Amino acid sequence: MPAHETDGLWVRCDGCGKLVFKRELEKTSFLCPACGHHFRMGAPQRLALLADEGSFTPFPPLVSANPLGFPGYEERIRQAQEQTGLDDAALVGRAAIGGSSCILAIIDFSFMGGSMGSVVGEQLVRAFEKAAAERLPVVAVSGGGGGARMQEGIFSLMQMAKTAQAVGRHSREGLLFVSILTHPTMGGVYASFASLGDIILAEPGALIGFAGPRIVEEATRQKLPEGFQTAEYALEHGMIDAIVPRPQVAQCVGRLLLWHR
Amino acid sequence: MQPFEWEKPLLELEERISELKQFCARSKLDFSEEIASLERRASTLRREIYASLTPYQRVLMARHPKRPTTLDYIRMVFDDFLEMHGDRTFGDDAAIVGGIALFEGQPVTVVGPQKGRDTRENIARNFGLPHPEGYRKALRLMRQAEKFGRPVITFIDLVGAHPGVEAEERGQGLVIAECIEAMSFLRTPIIAVITGEGGSGGALALGVADRILMLENAWYSVISPEMCASILWRDSSRAAEAAELLRLTPTDLLKYGIIDDVITEPLGGAHRDQAFTGRQVKAFLRRYLAVLKKTKVERLVEERLARFRRIGQFHEVKLAEI
Ligand SMILES: [Zn+2]
Repeated sequence: MPAHETDGLWVRCDGCGKLVFKRELEKTSFLCPACGHHFRMGAPQRLALLADEGSFTPFPPLVSANPLGFPGYEERIRQAQEQTGLDDAALVGRAAIGGSSCILAIIDFSFMGGSMGSVVGEQLVRAFEKAAAERLPVVAVSGGGGGARMQEGIFSLMQMAKTAQAVGRHSREGLLFVSILTHPTMGGVYASFASLGDIILAEPGALIGFAGPRIVEEATRQKLPEGFQTAEYALEHGMIDAIVPRPQVAQCVGRLLLWHR
Repeated sequence: MQPFEWEKPLLELEERISELKQFCARSKLDFSEEIASLERRASTLRREIYASLTPYQRVLMARHPKRPTTLDYIRMVFDDFLEMHGDRTFGDDAAIVGGIALFEGQPVTVVGPQKGRDTRENIARNFGLPHPEGYRKALRLMRQAEKFGRPVITFIDLVGAHPGVEAEERGQGLVIAECIEAMSFLRTPIIAVITGEGGSGGALALGVADRILMLENAWYSVISPEMCASILWRDSSRAAEAAELLRLTPTDLLKYGIIDDVITEPLGGAHRDQAFTGRQVKAFLRRYLAVLKKTKVERLVEERLARFRRIGQFHEVKLAEI
């Protein structure tokens, strides 16, 4: 569930319902000071939290075309670029985590829900290709709402195949892929590269699944089980390796990279 | 089954012709000239109606309850078939059928979702919406095909992923990703035939192939037109408009290079002449199997990967521009 903006300075926590000062959140890695609820965070903040300081070199930016001629799509892209300062929903580049080099990809929910169109797909593929060429591990932080970039129609769907294949090629080189699922990782992102990690980690409370909870509820006309599609639920059903709270993610990934050097 | 609104004038005319024919037979009167004239009108009308179908009319044709299902194609296209069940882990999913079939003497592996023909069958088949064990069965049979060097033929007809608690609990997202990845690297020829609905990740889970063929009145998209309309305008009844925007028809997809060929259907749709549709599918499979069999498997996999690698439209930008 999105945090409801009350005004510019405060946000209401979905975990405990308390109002939290936004400035405060930036200092706590977007964790609720009262209950520890994991707020969504942008790709630049995630990068600062995860990568060694000054280690990041981004890939050249790409800008989406409008392959179907979908009405209003260029405008949506422009708006999202202005609001987020990103070229599209994926921030990808070379980085070091805990002193180990890797290729790092971070999906940003604030760019059109973190959906995967041609640009996100291509950037991810380039990430795995670069990593394969330089024999580096890949760390990908997923967090895309619906997964699909509806405005790109079939081109969006094909990015699932394209990214899954890039993972496959990298994997066949005997190289490591650590997939980190953050809130929310759904749809086409989950049903492609994000599921294919050698190691799959998730943040507490992250929504993880294919069909969204509202769609499942409407289709089945049943009350959903307690905690349906949360990281805890995914862990209990054997879908992920471990849940790692945000303050420990960098250290945990650093250890994994070190053990695979 | 209610006839489609746009077909009604034609169906009425066809009914009149058949009544007149019966009357002639009973009464021994000669109406052959009138019948010939009516049949000419019917044939003109048929061409008029079906030459100008809108994308959404095609979507509805793809969902016609009498449209051939995977098992119909298996019966019509192959000489022999042994169905194989189960994912060897959890259970057998009736929403996906698969097994070994003989195509003009050659063993092939066939897999596809199976819709029911009526309500009772549809409940048993879960409306052709697979659970994770269904995809796992498909995956198991495809790996079996790879081991024995059998070509794989998939038939695709499902509206999308199954929106259910159990499908999610058992990891449908994960297993769809596994299917996509496994098919991408499978060391044997693969042909996918989209026979009806090609809905999102569920369709793609059986749709990574060396040749992707599509029936004339099938659709393939990241999202169903109804869902797209309800996201865009909070109104699923505007699906017809969404269907235009999504470019989900074979003509569009061929132009984009997403599919390789379009299999023509009889005028009025596959259900109007199942046997003809079956012969069409068989002819296309024969042609493409022959091409693929001549290609080395290493090259097949390489070209399969390259085909998907190319898909996507974007611009490179210089850093100074943003
Ligand atoms: Zn809280």
